[in-house]
This record gives sequence, C-alpha cells and structure tokens, in this order.
Amino acid sequence: MIEVDVALARSDFTLRAAFTGGAGITALFGPSGCGKTTVIRLVAGLERPDRGRIALGATVLVDTERGVRLPAHRRRIGLVFQDAQLFPHLSVAGNLAYGRFFTPRAARRVEQARVVEVLGIGHLLARRPATLSGGERQRVAIGRALLTSPDLLLMDEPLAALDESRKLEILPFIEHLRDAFAIPILYVSHSVEEVARLASTVVKMEKGEVAGVGAPAEVLSPTRVATSIERFEAVSILTGRIAAVDAAYDVTTIEHPAGRIVVPGRLGPIGGAQRLTVGATEVTLARARGSETSVRTALTGRIEKVVADGGPFALVTLALDGGEKLHAYVTRLGFDALGLSVGDAVSALIKAVSIDERGLAGAEPEPARR
Amino acid sequence: MFTAQEWTAIALSLKVGAIATVASLPVAIAVAWLLARGRFPGKALVDGLVHLPLVLPPVVTGWLLLLTFGRRAPIGAFLAEHFGLVFSFRWTGAALAAAVMGFPLMVRAIRLSIEAIDERIEQAAASLGAPPLWVFATVTLPLAARGIAAGAVLAFAKALGEFGATITFVSNIPGQTQTIPAAIYTYTQTPGGDFGALKLSLVAAVLAFGALVASEIAVRRAGRPGVGG
Repeated sequence: MIEVDVALARSDFTLRAAFTGGAGITALFGPSGCGKTTVIRLVAGLERPDRGRIALGATVLVDTERGVRLPAHRRRIGLVFQDAQLFPHLSVAGNLAYGRFFTPRAARRVEQARVVEVLGIGHLLARRPATLSGGERQRVAIGRALLTSPDLLLMDEPLAALDESRKLEILPFIEHLRDAFAIPILYVSHSVEEVARLASTVVKMEKGEVAGVGAPAEVLSPTRVATSIERFEAVSILTGRIAAVDAAYDVTTIEHPAGRIVVPGRLGPIGGAQRLTVGATEVTLARARGSETSVRTALTGRIEKVVADGGPFALVTLALDGGEKLHAYVTRLGFDALGLSVGDAVSALIKAVSIDERGLAGAEPEPARR
Repeated sequence: MFTAQEWTAIALSLKVGAIATVASLPVAIAVAWLLARGRFPGKALVDGLVHLPLVLPPVVTGWLLLLTFGRRAPIGAFLAEHFGLVFSFRWTGAALAAAVMGFPLMVRAIRLSIEAIDERIEQAAASLGAPPLWVFATVTLPLAARGIAAGAVLAFAKALGEFGATITFVSNIPGQTQTIPAAIYTYTQTPGGDFGALKLSLVAAVLAFGALVASEIAVRRAGRPGVGG
C-alpha cells in the first residue's frame, strides 16, 4: 500500500496531493501539466517535496517532519518511463540483468524466465536497444524494472510515445503482469481508455490537486456538460459476463442485468467477467427498443439526471437495471423531442462498432494473489 | 635522418603529452561531471577558472605556473620537500604546463558528452538499485566514452603543440625540457635551420594525425552507443 501526502511549490506550479493506492493498478489520471508525473517522481525519489510524507507499506520513503528521505536507489521501486530509457550500450539481456545485483537474495521473488515469457522478449535478449521497435523497448523496460522484484512499480505514461498498434501490443502485457506478479502499480496516464481498462482505483488530478479518488466508473463519470472536445473523452464503464461467441459473425455477446451487449471480436472465456468502456457520444436514447435499426445492443434503465447548460448538448445519466450508470451525450433538441424527464424508463442503444475492441480484450482484474 | 637531439625532443614530446593526458583525465572527468550535473554555489566561478588557460596568453599561464610551482614558490617548495616532486626546469614541469593548457579542451569535450546524456537514463539506473558511483561508472562513463576520447585526443594534441607556457615555465633545455615545438623554435632562430624545422614540423603533423586516428578506432571498439535509446 502506497500512502502519499505531499506539497511542493515551484515558480510556475504548485502541487498538493494526498491519496492511498492499494493492490492492482492505481491510475493517476488527468491532463498534461496536472502534476501526475511530479507525483511519480516524488515517489521514485527523483524529487523532494517541500512538505509531506510518502510511505510504502511499513517503509517511510519521505517524511519532511522527521527529516527522513530514502535515496532513490534504496527505495525498491521500479520505474518505467514514457520512452523506455534503456541502456543503449548494453544488450537486452544486459539491461534486464542490471538491477539484479542490487536486489537482496531474499527479496528476489520475480523470476527472469517468467518475466521473459510473460513479456515475450526471449528472442530479443542478444539485441541492442537501438535495433528494437518502440513496443519492444517498452516491454524490455518493464521487464528490467520487474526483475528487481520491486515493492511498487511506477509507470509514467508507458504507452503515450507509442502508436495505436503498439499500444495494443503492450496493454495485454501490462494487464498480464498486474495479475501474474501481484506487484502494485502506480500508473500515470491522460488516456481515459487506458485508465478505464486497467485501473482498480483512479486518482483524478487537476491543476496540481486531487480532484477525486475511487473506482473508475465513479471517478471517470462526466459530471457536467463538457466542452466540445472533452465530450469524446467521457465514458461509462460497465461490467458484464461473457455469454456467447458467434463465430459466424465474429461477435461476442455479453450478459448485463440491463440487457445483452454485442461487441465485435471473440472474447473468452465464456462466463468470465468483462469490463466495457462505452463512449458517452456513442449512446442513442429511445423510448422503446425499436426493431427497425441495425443496433443490436439496447440497455434498459431509468433517467437519473439531466445536465444541460443552455448550449447544444445535454448530458443524460441513466441508472441501468442492475445499478450501473450509463452516460449519454445527446443534443438538447433531440432529448426534448423525446419528451422524457427524470425517472422515466428509457432504452439506450449502443452500436457495437463504437465499442472499441481494445477496451475489451482484458478481463476484469482478479484480486491480487500472493 | 634525425639527429640524437631531435630524437630526444620527439621522445620527450610524446612522454610529456602522454603523461599530461593520462594524469589530467580523471580530474577532467570529475570536473566535467560537476559542471554538467552539479548544482552548487560558485559553479560559474569554477567554470571560468577551468577555461582560464584557454583565454589567457600562454606566457601568462607559464609565468603563473612559475609563481605557484617554482622552486621557491609556496606549493612548489612544499611538493619538493615532501614528495620530491620538482617541476621547474624539468620535464615534469613541461607535462604540468601541457596538462594545464589542455585541461579546458578536455573538460569541454567531456562535459558536452555528459550533458547530452538524458538524466532519466541515470535515474532509471538508480531506480534499479544502483548507488550513484555505480551509475556513474556503468552508465554515465560508457555513454560519455566518445567525448572522453575526443577530449583526451584534443588534450594530447594540444600538449604536443604547447609552446608558450612551457618555455616560460621550464625554459628550452635540450634533453631536459626541449619538446618538438621548442626544438623547431630553436631551428628557426639558427641560420640554416630551415630543414630541421621542416622535418620536426612534419613529425608534429604526423603525431597529431595519428592520435586522431587512434582515438577514432578506440571509440569504435568501445561499443557503439548507437542513436536513440
């Protein structure tokens, strides 16, 4: 468990952040410049806070009141940068082995063979970093950090420097290592998709302060009518169970209390829990499920809240059957034409193609095993 | 082809250049690292002091050396008494003058190469558990190898060509302190000495060029710290 409570002032920036991260992935989420990378650097010991305390389990890393400050190399915290920062003069194997010597024998619980297997980097061991692709470099960087058997892994926008297809290459590895090595991860990102998919806890940051802490579905929920660009980032997170795979049409049906959700691709295993991310702009509201449409997914619920600020849009929050929340951005014109108000039953139509497969490939995080 | 005195001057030049380079390299690396990464008050002053021999007239540097390391000067007397190390009018003095004159060039090249290393790569090493000195030895030094080699070659070439400070500090004594440039100077002051001056000038050019090639080979052998990372 990582406890952070720090304050820091620079000429152009102030940070005041307090939060606690547990097992699994804790995401520090927010726009660039909100201070999330600074938090990571404080935890890693690369910067010192003006005031505050950071503790990892029973180890106090920094306590300005007691004058405690553990240097970076004695913190046993792994660090993965946005750009891998591999040692260019060493081979991949040399990079992986670098930290081994400094890991006390008793603390070595991550096996090299397992890391190499999970990250799929066995064929790269003899290569030099300069000859690797961006995705391969990032995997090696993750492996290098893991092999010190850290008590906490810090990942600072590990996917931001990669193009879309490379991101898809890395995401499953991050999910896998979260589940395979039971090392808590502090994960910095400004991508709502990554956070929604990976995190068990989200710490939302704005202008150097913590704006909210909680489960992704709560924290990532839009609370106001967003500006025209932000509305594409507003998402809802639903959890269902994989019910059936239709091989002929290459789609998977997911059972949800509010209805069946059809998503593209074949997911498995049948019966497994599945987290879905649905963009608020991709939801259509209807009084009743119409049959004359190509949309296969219709979820039932009640209108819980409508937020409109006089602009073109309205943010409608539904309480789906089963209790989960679904957010929909519609035009105010369209919503008024429906003649619905708070408390009314409504059907939410979601196009399967709008549910991004990459938001789906991962299963729901299981409780950490030790 | 060469007279005995010429051979002596060539050998002395090589000895002075090699000793000056090797002895000042560790100091230059330390100073370069301090200037590149250190944050301390008076950094600008240290930077200025290091660069002083580059901008001062060499004869002034030589005279300052004489004032500091001369037989009766405070430091010179102390070193002579306790360590038996005498600089004035000895080849050791020529090496000291060459080292001082080459020092700014060496520090400059090494500092630039250290500054070019992304600090986060050193931070990555620290996060893997490596203490600062280990990070320096296994990450910073190898990645700065090109700059270190370049700095060493520059300093060596400078040492071979150093004239003003040397002749002021240790004079021009054949067999003792007469390096190639001093020997060339003597030839130019002697009627009919042009051929000798030409021969030694060629030697100086060949040595400087050889040093350049040697360092290029050394850098290539020392692994290619390729682009990107």
